[in-house]
Amino acid sequence: MSDNAVEIRDLVKTFGGGRSLFGREANQVQAVRSISLDLKRGETLGIVGESGSGKSTLARMLVGLERPTAGTMLIDGKPWAELASSGSRAFGRTIQYVFQDPVASLNPRKTIGDILDVPLRLLCRYDSAKRSARKRELVDAVQMPADTLDRYPHEFSGGQAQRIAIARALAAEARILVLDEPVSALDVSVQAQVLLLLQQLRDDLGLSYLFISHDLAVVESISDRVAVMYLGEVVESGPAAQLFVDPQHDYTRSLIASAPRLTASDSAI
Amino acid sequence: MTNMAATTPPPARKRRSNWQLLMANRLAAAGLFLFGFIVIVALLAPVLPLPNPDITDQPNRLLPPFSAGHLFGTDHLGRDILSRLIWGTQVSLLVGISATALAALFGSLIGLVAGYARGATDSVLMRFVDMLMAFPYILLAIAIVAALGPGLLNALYAIAIVNIPFFARNIRGVTVSIRNREFVDAARLSGKGHAAVLFTEVLPNVLPVIVITMSTTVGWMILETAGLSFLGLGAQPPTSDLGSMLGQARAQLFTAPHASIVPGIMIFILVMSINLLGDGIRDVLDPRLRSGALDRPMPVTRIARKTRPAPTLPDAPALVVENLSTGFDTGDAITPAIRDVSFRLGKGECLGLIGESGSGKSVTALSLMGLVASPPGVITDGAVYIEGKDVLSLREQELIGLRGARVAYVFQDPLTTLHPLFTVGEQIAEAILAHDPIGRQAAHSRAVALMETVGIRDAASRASAYPHELSGGQRQRIGIAMALANDPDIIIADEPTTALDVTVQARILELLQQLRRERGLALLLITHDFGVVAQVCDRVAVMKNGEIVEQGDTRAILRDPQHDYTKRLIACVPELGEGHGFLDRVRPLFAEARP
Amino acid sequence: MPAYIGKRLLAAIPVILGLSIIVFLVMKLIPGDPAQALLGSYATPDNVARINRALGLDRSWPEQYVIWIGNLLQGDFGRSYILNRPVLDEVLERFGATLILAGASLVICSVLGILAGIVSAVRQFGWTDRIVTFFVLIGISMPAFFLGLVFILFFAVQWKMLPASGMYAVYGGGDLPDLLRHLILPAATLAIVATGVVARLTRAAMLEVLRQDFIRTARAKGLSENTVIYRHAFRAALVSIIPVLGIQAGFVLGGAVYIETVFQWPGLGQMLVKAVSTRDLLLVQGGVLIAATVYVLVNLLADVAQAMLDPRLKA
Repeated sequence: MSDNAVEIRDLVKTFGGGRSLFGREANQVQAVRSISLDLKRGETLGIVGESGSGKSTLARMLVGLERPTAGTMLIDGKPWAELASSGSRAFGRTIQYVFQDPVASLNPRKTIGDILDVPLRLLCRYDSAKRSARKRELVDAVQMPADTLDRYPHEFSGGQAQRIAIARALAAEARILVLDEPVSALDVSVQAQVLLLLQQLRDDLGLSYLFISHDLAVVESISDRVAVMYLGEVVESGPAAQLFVDPQHDYTRSLIASAPRLTASDSAI
Repeated sequence: MTNMAATTPPPARKRRSNWQLLMANRLAAAGLFLFGFIVIVALLAPVLPLPNPDITDQPNRLLPPFSAGHLFGTDHLGRDILSRLIWGTQVSLLVGISATALAALFGSLIGLVAGYARGATDSVLMRFVDMLMAFPYILLAIAIVAALGPGLLNALYAIAIVNIPFFARNIRGVTVSIRNREFVDAARLSGKGHAAVLFTEVLPNVLPVIVITMSTTVGWMILETAGLSFLGLGAQPPTSDLGSMLGQARAQLFTAPHASIVPGIMIFILVMSINLLGDGIRDVLDPRLRSGALDRPMPVTRIARKTRPAPTLPDAPALVVENLSTGFDTGDAITPAIRDVSFRLGKGECLGLIGESGSGKSVTALSLMGLVASPPGVITDGAVYIEGKDVLSLREQELIGLRGARVAYVFQDPLTTLHPLFTVGEQIAEAILAHDPIGRQAAHSRAVALMETVGIRDAASRASAYPHELSGGQRQRIGIAMALANDPDIIIADEPTTALDVTVQARILELLQQLRRERGLALLLITHDFGVVAQVCDRVAVMKNGEIVEQGDTRAILRDPQHDYTKRLIACVPELGEGHGFLDRVRPLFAEARP
Repeated sequence: MPAYIGKRLLAAIPVILGLSIIVFLVMKLIPGDPAQALLGSYATPDNVARINRALGLDRSWPEQYVIWIGNLLQGDFGRSYILNRPVLDEVLERFGATLILAGASLVICSVLGILAGIVSAVRQFGWTDRIVTFFVLIGISMPAFFLGLVFILFFAVQWKMLPASGMYAVYGGGDLPDLLRHLILPAATLAIVATGVVARLTRAAMLEVLRQDFIRTARAKGLSENTVIYRHAFRAALVSIIPVLGIQAGFVLGGAVYIETVFQWPGLGQMLVKAVSTRDLLLVQGGVLIAATVYVLVNLLADVAQAMLDPRLKA
């Protein structure tokens, strides 16, 4: 077993294309063009990019929600194609996903207990006694009160809903989590709390994170290594501490220069 | 049927909160009562003391209403109209409801599968539905009846088939939007197969729409089946429904109009009661209607101030806001959104209004020019002085005249805030013409000049572009150009860069700064981002739960915040270059809060 | 724009072909053997086989369809055995009368419905809104065939203001005023229900649009309320109203069946009802096909109008 949780090689995703009815080439969009990346076990790899950089497409391919056009992925040592052919359960047990919009990621017509029950039943195959024990552990792990289980998603704030979504991802007992802009929809104080929770869970449970965000400071605060994506390509990657201090690529530099900061007020005026 | 009965009680409870909805509720309740009465009487037909509806009695034919023993008179064969009416209603109800159920079942199934599967399955199913829809409604039913032969059951099938597309299209639309929600992907990742996701995750969310569609079409279906019977294509003697009663009585229209009018009115009352009830059910199940999200907003926010402030303020800077309070009218009470907000803004100055979601910063911004949607918004107190004059004391027309002229707005998401059907040039020119009738030609050239000012290259040709043809950054530049159209004194920018990427945000902020310097604009910048405030604003006001908790010089507040909330808010902003140190720094802030 | 129209026209061809397939299949659903029915007591196996061969009924369904559609394209819709004349002649003659009736109703319901819907939305919850809502409710709950009878009773029998039936007076009519006098009652009856539907949807579309962000922008620019409503809001609402008008075209074409029966209007609908009861299937088939084709073209027109209004749809 390699010490990489995820290995991506020459990954390509093209949307559209094919021929339209009249034989013309339909608009092709190359969302991801030849990406190679490694996520080491126990590590947080930050992916930074603006809209259209292909970062979400990359994330969706990793968990099997999109099919790559070309290239290979090894997830927890298993080839992507093998996971894909054995159905959605194989993916769910290996790798999980936390969505940007926490409220939209919870079915409004189910209680939190019902939502958490699904992965425990279908992926872990626990009996009902074990499931209810696990559900209590999970809400406790994301620092939510126990009565959370009987309530509906609309009763929670964005930050609480995101904790619940994290609990669902944890329920599957996958060791790899793809976090797609998990704090972007949250207010700053809530954002800090969720980041703290994520860091603690990673250390306690030995998880590996692929952390996607457009916010450089957020990515820097939680990542060990960072990859910068631009128009479907990784233009630069390296240890977080180094990359932001000494960016090599022009695009990274312009990103860093554009980021608003608290202490820069002297230079702006 | 059970659906209707089960979903009816909630409206009474939920609508009591709002007078207007209560009105609507009375109608729905009347509909329910009427419909319930009709159903019960129709069901009781076998036990009611009625003459046999099929027994003919030639000597007593065409008796007028209120004849002895025949409340509604008799028809051309001497049959009792009341008895036939009740039995006929039973048939009409049964056929109409069955047709609805069939159409709903098959239509919803097609819609669900097509919307969920997408791709080729979707295309094939929806092309089939399009074919059915390509027939002028009732003509397809007539063709089907022509083929199968006249008869009640065949009419039922025909009506059900022609209504399948209606359900399929509606349900597909909803399914597509639900399917794109993230919880569907999440359920897949939780190990559910496609069928399980469709029926246990998607269907519960689509069900209200199916019920709404059924309740609003069942009346229609009863009308259509009655129509086929009226033409002689539905119920055949001796069976008769309301439509065939009317059809048979038509021959005696001039001599015995009551034989036609009684079943006709019955159909009308039955369908109307169902429509009233159906509308009620729709209002209850559609969350937008319940929340009043479809109320028509007035041109100016309702102003109902407790006190009347001085109409003018001597020696005032560009903008003075004093004790401004705005709330939302929930029917019984006004829930306050902002309370006692006061601040001043001088010429050439930039004030940042910062707060988290729900802090009331946008409501504050919109209240200044009476743009809070009303209903439900109400300005309950305070004053807004522009050049020393309270705008909330002005007449509606005067206030509208100030908008865009002295005070202009730049909004958050330029894709939704620009009109999708007008070119950007037209939209800027329109802003000019609203205050300065210089003629279309001149307005257009000024619009192009403004576009150049805000840094749009090739402005003359871009002026004829529609908003959707521009990038996000360009659209926001158009928004700014529109705000500049009449050379205003004050610009209120409500999260102008939130929808944009950081590199684009930097350029837009730069543009705003430059315009402020060049034109001496007073800029009120609403944002949730301390980084933006630090970069642009001279002074900052921090909002929390509808109140300003602290305001002052930006650098002073950033360096040394006084209020606990401000301290915490600033501490939670990660700084580039801080690295993992950020989390270590904020951890103690939340440590004591945990149980 | 021409490219868009061309594209829509091309897309209409498979729809019309699909229509013809559905009509063909529906006619194949007819229970019983046509040869048997035609021959009656002369139906020996030999005779049946001969007739089947003569009518092409011994071939496979796809073959029959190709032959049938080929004939249609050459204008051969068969002969009506009841009327003993070519189907196409009869249908085209009748269709003119239906177009006058349906067209008049469509114009009435579009104009009145849109106006009522706008007023009702702008004065939401005001007394005008309540009056409009009340009439809309009556309109959509009223069986058109019954309303027609009531109109005849009052306007023709009781008050003798307007003729009760037909398209022209039997003696001395035939000019335009005469046609209009005959048209008023059936067109009004047909339009009342459709007006209700249009008014209802216009109101909903206007209310939906009035809540949009771009309306707030229009207000923030300082535009007068009239400009906001009639230029900005109405234009955006019209994009969703136009398809409804397209559907109403189908509704009035179909609804004409009742109205023509009630008012003895010599149109397609009346012909179809008679043809169904006499089982004159070729006539039904021809009438339905022609009406459906016209309806497809009307909807195509609605699509094009919608695309002219909304540049986003042309892509």
